[in-house]
Amino acid sequence: MSGTFLGMPGGFPANAAVAVQDSQLRYNLRKATHTIRGKRVKAVEELPDWMELRAAGKAIKDHTLRHLDRYLLQMEEAVTRAGGTVHWARDAAEANRIVTDLVKATGEREVVKVKSMATQEIGLNEHLAAEGITAYETDLAELIVQLGEDFPSHFLVPAIHRNRSEIREIFLGKMAEWGRPAPPDLTDDPPALADAARLHLRERFLASKVAVSGGNFMIAETGTLVVLESEGNGRMCLTLPETLISVVGIEKLLPTWRDLEVFLQLLPRSSTAERMNPYTSTWTGSAEGQDFHLVLLDNGRTGVLADEVGRQALRCIRCSACLNVCPVYERTGGHAYGSVYPGPIGAILTPLLRGFDTELDASLPYASSLCGACFDACPVAIDIPEVLVDLRAKVPHGRVERAGMKVAGWVLNNEVRLAKAQRLATRFRKLVPKRLPGPLSAWTDTRDLPDIPEESFRDWWERTRRSERSGRPRNEGGRGVSEER
Amino acid sequence: MDTGAMGAREEILGRIRAAVKGAPDVEIPRDYRTSVTVADPVGLFAERLDDYRAIVHVVPAADVDAKVAELTEGKRMVVPGERAWTRDELAAADGVVTGCAIAIAETGTIVLDTRQGERAQTLLPDYHLCLVRADQIVGGVPDAVARLDPARPLTWISGPSATSDIELNRVEGVHGPRTLEVIIST
Amino acid sequence: MRVALFITCVNDTLFPGTGKAVVSLLRRLGCDVDFPAAQTCCGQMHVNTGYRDEGVRLARHFTEVFAGYDAIVAPSGSCAAMVREQYPKLVQPGSRGAAAVAEVAPKVYDLSEFLLDVLKIDDVGAYFPHRVTYHPTCHSLRSLHLGERPTRLLRNVRGLELIPLGGADECCGFGGTFAVKNPAVSAAMCADKVRNVLDTGAEVLCAADNSCLMHIGGTMKRQRTGVRIMHLAEILAATEER
Repeated sequence: MSGTFLGMPGGFPANAAVAVQDSQLRYNLRKATHTIRGKRVKAVEELPDWMELRAAGKAIKDHTLRHLDRYLLQMEEAVTRAGGTVHWARDAAEANRIVTDLVKATGEREVVKVKSMATQEIGLNEHLAAEGITAYETDLAELIVQLGEDFPSHFLVPAIHRNRSEIREIFLGKMAEWGRPAPPDLTDDPPALADAARLHLRERFLASKVAVSGGNFMIAETGTLVVLESEGNGRMCLTLPETLISVVGIEKLLPTWRDLEVFLQLLPRSSTAERMNPYTSTWTGSAEGQDFHLVLLDNGRTGVLADEVGRQALRCIRCSACLNVCPVYERTGGHAYGSVYPGPIGAILTPLLRGFDTELDASLPYASSLCGACFDACPVAIDIPEVLVDLRAKVPHGRVERAGMKVAGWVLNNEVRLAKAQRLATRFRKLVPKRLPGPLSAWTDTRDLPDIPEESFRDWWERTRRSERSGRPRNEGGRGVSEER
Repeated sequence: MDTGAMGAREEILGRIRAAVKGAPDVEIPRDYRTSVTVADPVGLFAERLDDYRAIVHVVPAADVDAKVAELTEGKRMVVPGERAWTRDELAAADGVVTGCAIAIAETGTIVLDTRQGERAQTLLPDYHLCLVRADQIVGGVPDAVARLDPARPLTWISGPSATSDIELNRVEGVHGPRTLEVIIST
Repeated sequence: MRVALFITCVNDTLFPGTGKAVVSLLRRLGCDVDFPAAQTCCGQMHVNTGYRDEGVRLARHFTEVFAGYDAIVAPSGSCAAMVREQYPKLVQPGSRGAAAVAEVAPKVYDLSEFLLDVLKIDDVGAYFPHRVTYHPTCHSLRSLHLGERPTRLLRNVRGLELIPLGGADECCGFGGTFAVKNPAVSAAMCADKVRNVLDTGAEVLCAADNSCLMHIGGTMKRQRTGVRIMHLAEILAATEER
């Protein structure tokens, strides 16, 4: 599997145009996102103080980001005191080098991995592979992605684009290459698929000496790491190996142990719509004699922090609620976003982290109809539409569009010019073609244009007011005189 | 730690300081329920466990031993603290029986803090029988966080191992214990 | 009370019938409606497409034109939300025009808000004997939080049968320039919206935003579905004696 997403030229719109044609993908995504939507609303509504928890979560994150330097130092000190070692990585290359060196120092050539966005972001698996170290993904969905030589398309369920029968095919075809083969009589019943994964990974867990994880939260006050999961693969990786390396983005900090009381309520209900996820592990430094290393990852985060509007994206706790409610994500899936961070949060986080250098990254701020469902669902109140609009103002615009918007702005900024333009349109209303040329053909490919009325509203108002003043009965307006559309 | 790493540390801290310079501080409102009162903690805890498809028994304290004996009869059970257990023994065992540090009614959660046994001991066996005293059950998450010691490794357990990775539907039983049985003693 | 009609550029140019309906309805309810002729556009298209400077110019123009009115009524949830919710962020406090924004922006109402919250009327005496389904539109729903207001008004229209729309809170895929910049996704979203509309069996699709209606209606017309689109104002303006 290569570390980069291969996008089409044309950026997100081109990727999306291909994705929406894939009816299997559309069906899988629709089914999965619609299943989780209703459940999330129920899980959230069950708590009488959801909005207060959300406000606290937002404020805790903002406060932490404001004093991130202080809390990182506090974290480093607490982890060190508890027998762990802290490493700092400016970028992906530095983080990969640190992890590789740590693995090599153990003499091992294999690591087991707990699902982690940060290690995906830095392309750790590919880097380790190039150094002769095999990384085994142990989360069920990550396993499906790894075996299928595929890309993750969702935070929580990286294989959300796959349905049960596709997963069965992947297990039957690929498990043998990586270890214990799938049972030949494997069905596509989800419990049977889960059982196949259990058997496939069991010996690996017992034999592995090194594990790599991410972290959902870090507590500065105590030096504690927190990982939420469902399957138990996290517990296996965090508990059994002799060496544990956690790669965690610097924005994952919380100041105090107490702050967990907020996030352990916000995250499970927003992500899997459960009152609580099956397993949460917390550990501080070297637990039960393990050799523990924490790699603090910047990789663009400090750049995001410098963006006054965009920095709120660093509140993100990767719950994926915004993906699940997004009408765009539902139709395109995650791959179209060309990043490990798909969906609404990805549309802001990816360009914030990487800039606008590629056509794809420059197109991401436009990958939204600004419907606002993401903001409503976000448990830490990231105003994603606000950041999208802000990024749109920063992204370089095309020459033709710039000229068009300038003209439109000139016309719209003056009522006389606007009225003239309207009358011009009215005069040539019968000549408007059914199919528009150029970029506007994107409208008429699937929709008819509204008919241009005989008279604009402002001209009607002026005309009827004149007749009122001259004493004639006034045209009452309303439905009786409304235009045919 | 080599000088390169120290350089990274200082550089990252420097970038942060430059980025947040002049930004206002933020007050943290804690208007949420900082303690959760539940009318019937045992009943709610049992109901929530049941929602996760854990098996629940509510028994008088005096009957717990008999209930454990009944549930574990004929099973090779790991009893932490009894002796040292190898990983292979743990994986081969039928189950494990433990107590807990605390339990949360509102979320149906049991928390272990390693005083009940090493983490591997409650992980590798396929069946976990957990004994919870009624007085260990608190109302909500904030109540539990306040009573737990982060210096100990903690495992928060809410139902049996599960996954939502296939079509976002919950399926019980992946890598952790596939059966969670809880005896609540009153 | 001095009530100004903020027609919005889209309604002014393409849907004058909606504006006439608002005038007719408000006059019927006893309001004296003024139409400040210098009004143009709220600037939403420019701001949301990334042309903030043009947007700020239009915002300043807007607040100059509408200064001094007690209420400004717009037959568009989206444009009302632009002024009320986005202007205060767009024209930053302390910058030129910020004071005018602070004065004018809170007085902008979507039509249904004005009827229910200001005039305190939930039965406007309308008559419309048709099967109607209502699409709440994103900005009305999630920026203005109009909630049940429009459907309360519709339920009190005599003869009208209101049929619930499946997936009502989902975006139709218009999104301003989104429809042109991401046409494939936009069309896919609209296809699902149209399917939900057709499932209702309604004769009329109603909404408080003609932009969304133009999008859904344009698709329905292309597909020859026979379902009409009507702005909420037009249904509320309709009476027995029309």
